[in-house]
Amino acid sequence: MHILRRSVHFTALTIMVITLCACSAIPHQPSGGIPVEKDTLTNKGSDTIVNLALAWAEAYYVVRPDVIISVTGGGSGTGIAAMINNTVDIANASRRMKDKEIANAEENGITPVEFVIASDGIAIIVNPKNPVDKLTLQQVSDIFSGNINNWTEVGGEDRPIVRLSREVNSGTHVYFLEAVVRMGDKKDDTLFSTSTLLLPSSEGITTEIAQNRNAIGYDGLGYVTDAVKTIALAPDETSPYVSPTVETVMDSSYPVSRELYMYTPGEPHGATKDYLDWIFGPDAQAIVKNLGFVPLE
Amino acid sequence: MAMTASTRKSTHRNPIEILLETLVRLAGYSAVVFVALIFVFLMREALPTFNEVTPWGLFNRRWYPIENYYGILPLLTGSLVITLSAALIAIPFGLMTAVYIAEIAPRWLRELLKPLVEVLGGIPSVVLGFLGILVLAPLVREILRVPTGLTAFTGAVLLAGMAIPTIVSIAEDALDTVPKSYRDAALALGATRWQTIWRVTLPAARSGVLTATMLGIGRAIGETMTVMMVTGNAPQMPAGLSALFMPLRTMTATIAAEMGEVANGSVHYHVLFSIGLALFLISLTVNLTASAVLFRARRRTERLLS
Repeated sequence: MHILRRSVHFTALTIMVITLCACSAIPHQPSGGIPVEKDTLTNKGSDTIVNLALAWAEAYYVVRPDVIISVTGGGSGTGIAAMINNTVDIANASRRMKDKEIANAEENGITPVEFVIASDGIAIIVNPKNPVDKLTLQQVSDIFSGNINNWTEVGGEDRPIVRLSREVNSGTHVYFLEAVVRMGDKKDDTLFSTSTLLLPSSEGITTEIAQNRNAIGYDGLGYVTDAVKTIALAPDETSPYVSPTVETVMDSSYPVSRELYMYTPGEPHGATKDYLDWIFGPDAQAIVKNLGFVPLE
Repeated sequence: MAMTASTRKSTHRNPIEILLETLVRLAGYSAVVFVALIFVFLMREALPTFNEVTPWGLFNRRWYPIENYYGILPLLTGSLVITLSAALIAIPFGLMTAVYIAEIAPRWLRELLKPLVEVLGGIPSVVLGFLGILVLAPLVREILRVPTGLTAFTGAVLLAGMAIPTIVSIAEDALDTVPKSYRDAALALGATRWQTIWRVTLPAARSGVLTATMLGIGRAIGETMTVMMVTGNAPQMPAGLSALFMPLRTMTATIAAEMGEVANGSVHYHVLFSIGLALFLISLTVNLTASAVLFRARRRTERLLS
């Protein structure tokens, strides 16, 4: 499904690119009558960001028809690996680059430059028929590390817990491991329970949760649909439980949110710089909110 | 001597014929060359693993590459459980279908069934995967009362579904080439229809039937997309029969899911190539065993007949 989704994006993209090419076939004739040269930007990485990046690329085409932006997904790791191998102009990532990755990039003579482009809340999701609707971070951590195996232990029905996660190449997976399973403790080396199902796409997780009352999973706020129920979270038992929404993520009352990044190989210049400047502007940030992500300010 | 013989031969031969013969010979050798090249490439990318990961680290029960856990045991056993169960479903079912089509079905039904089975073989695996997620997985969960329908069993059923058309098609062809006189002789000696099929026709078509089985299993072990979509991909060690109804992770799904992410030349990259090498060696062993069995069987028949 993951690949399928990517191919849907790819199709959309191809259509876009073909349209752009068709437009470019009509030579631009500014004052001097010299055809304007087109810039092509490649933008690849996080599947969390791919919808946002596509929406941006489409909107940017209206502003700057002379710049063609091609967007592909594949996961944060994929985008970062492509940047390390110097095959993309902008890598999208839903997690920070690891030290090892930065070292790899520098070995290739590339200095990655980081930009925070938006934020995203991570929602814990269950089947709508599951009576559990609030959990503490400790309980979520225990569920995913395998210490809690039945819903009765967190006030639910007598059912086994089926844990769902994205694959390890997903930035969301890495963020969830660090911020939730290990609760932000860098020295903690707790891992996901081996019985955790690693599904290749967000849609795979949503489909299974919508069908299965035993299941629990997590996903970016922008991907949550009506077919699943979000769980209200609290940092500990005495704190208030907060449901994930754009507002609660923006005012930091929802405890599990992360920043979304774009990386460029070296300081951006030319078309890349113009594009990034536009992304930090009000038009691009309005798109962020429309897609269920959290704008910068 | 050999030189002169071959030059003499080529003098009165059409140059086009020589060209064609060379092309055909090259095509024949190319298969060997390609396999050798693939093997060399796999070795080159996989060998550094053994410097970077200790044997203990490799034959461990934990697969979590982003934290440097490279234990491939859960993946090996996962593939094994799923492929074996798929074979256990597909071989009897496929052979029975082949026997029915070749030996029992009336002509008109046979003309209808054979192409239908072959159409079934042409369904893309991703489509089967979709059916698996949306139809089969919920059924498995509700009927077998297991926590989730994304299990090894679900994957095995779908893989069997993919292997069956291959098995049916090739086994049916093999049964079809058994001379009618064999069956006539058996029936004339008073054998029942079942005895004829079981004792005469099937053994006579043995080599084709074995090829069919091997190709079917080969299809199952190498299949990626479907298993990645329906088996849940949890890298846990199977323990006992209940493992069949738990999520498992296969070697192919691991390579497919993780290869896109790794940086060239990293430890993870080399380990993934080692898994590829293991897959290559496993299918090589399956094929060599099949050929050896066939060869020995043929020798035995020759001895009996002489």
